[in-house]
Amino acid sequence: MKRRIKLNNGIINADADPIRRLIDVLRYDLQVTGTKDGCGEGACGACSIILNGECVNSCIILFGQIEDGDEILTVEGLLKDGKLSRLQESFVKNGAVHCGACIPGMLLSATALLNKNLKPTDEEIKDSISGNLCRCTGYGKIIKAIRECI
Amino acid sequence: MEFLSPKNLNEALKFKSEHPDFTVLAGGTDACTLINSGILKSKGLINIYGIKEIAEIKENGDFLEIGALATLTQIIENRLVSKFLPVLAMACKTIGARQIQNRGTIGGNVMNASPAGDALPVFLAYETKMELLSAKGSRLVLFEKFYAGYRKTAAEADELAAKFIIKKCDDKERFAFMKVGTRRAQSISKVCACFRQSSSYKIAYGSVAPTPIRCYVTEKFLNGCKTDAFAADEAVRLVRQEVSPMDDIRSTANYRRHVAGVLLKRFLESV
Ligand SMILES: Cc1cc2nc3c(=O)[nH]c(=O)nc-3n(C[C@H](O)[C@H](O)[C@H](O)COP(=O)(O)OP(=O)(O)OC[C@H]3O[C@@H](n4cnc5c(N)ncnc54)[C@H](O)[C@@H]3O)c2cc1C
Ligand code: FES
Ligand code: FES
Repeated sequence: MKRRIKLNNGIINADADPIRRLIDVLRYDLQVTGTKDGCGEGACGACSIILNGECVNSCIILFGQIEDGDEILTVEGLLKDGKLSRLQESFVKNGAVHCGACIPGMLLSATALLNKNLKPTDEEIKDSISGNLCRCTGYGKIIKAIRECI
Repeated sequence: MEFLSPKNLNEALKFKSEHPDFTVLAGGTDACTLINSGILKSKGLINIYGIKEIAEIKENGDFLEIGALATLTQIIENRLVSKFLPVLAMACKTIGARQIQNRGTIGGNVMNASPAGDALPVFLAYETKMELLSAKGSRLVLFEKFYAGYRKTAAEADELAAKFIIKKCDDKERFAFMKVGTRRAQSISKVCACFRQSSSYKIAYGSVAPTPIRCYVTEKFLNGCKTDAFAADEAVRLVRQEVSPMDDIRSTANYRRHVAGVLLKRFLESV
């Protein structure tokens, strides 16, 4: 199955089996490996991407469910002119990244939040990343990094 | 595995009648986990996500109509839902986490037919009617009659869930959705419940029987007496008899029976 989609800052053609997981198309077929594969069952958020403006888990979406013209944002797309986004800078500054496995997903969940809500409360920040598990940094610094970006 | 992508509702119904054994994919938050792990072996898939005709949320007189393909996030953020059926939004807010709510649909929650599906006690307590569609036509079923047994539904193999028709709640009524799980996000209910008090009491639970259930005996008792502390204790005793939970990976029958009573007590104390 062929699809023409917007991936980060470019238009690309993707061709894959419709029952292939979207995350595998991204990581293996398109070699865009920032998106991580954790639990593979929708529970950890490591594979979070932004699809048409909404944060979703790419491990439980099949390539066949993608339409021509869909827009996908992965962590690679947060870079602008080779520079980290404000949110990414804030993660670095706050030491909110330890092993990094959860971070692409965290960044996308937080990006989706900040795109819709310019002044989220702490409760809204926590809610936005409640589907993203971090097993080493701890949530305190991650929440602080997001809060400092408001 | 064949993969069909109908472009509109008619085509979806046609595909489903030609291939009743194919699995329908809505958001896929449940189906894809089963497909990826090889548990669900289907000859083919019919992807209905995004078919607009059955994704709308609208008002129709005294009723609210919620399309089966409305996502949980759309329900949570919908103005009509927050005005006329806020308890449904409360229930949807407890399903999974953001990513699941953004993708998962209300129809998927119902058709998945898990006794722990969090929206189901709400539909039961609000005496919802459900529209099923096939190439042959449409029919309405009472939500109460929809689950025939553990993971068994009244839907035929060629039917799609189309919409849910629910009477708007009245201004004076009290309601609550309660859920007990291991943590706040991403946890499947050990017990969930929807309670209402308007002209009469309505009590519905999930995860305490092979299907979601209404507790008619307890309702009848409460409707027939003045609800003081004594009556509340009696209602708790009755509801613990009325549920029929079991031990599984998430909890034990004893714990569930106990908690079912505690949740009802909290509601009665709050009204
Ligand atoms: C990490 C995680 C956490 C979860 N947490 C919860 C939770 O807390 N509470 C809860 O209740 N659920 C939970 N779920 C289950 C699931 O996300 C929800 O039930 C969701 O609403 C399913 O919707 P969907 O559109 O993704 O369904 P799908 O996966 O697309 O479909 C589910 C089933 O319904 C059928 N189906 C779907 N739509 C239709 C239709 N219109 N007509 C006919 N058949 C149809 C499909 O064939 C399939 O059998 C969780 C799932 C995951 C992965
Ligand atoms: S890898 Fe997708 S949610 Fe865990
Ligand atoms: S930084 Fe290691 S899991 Fe979050």
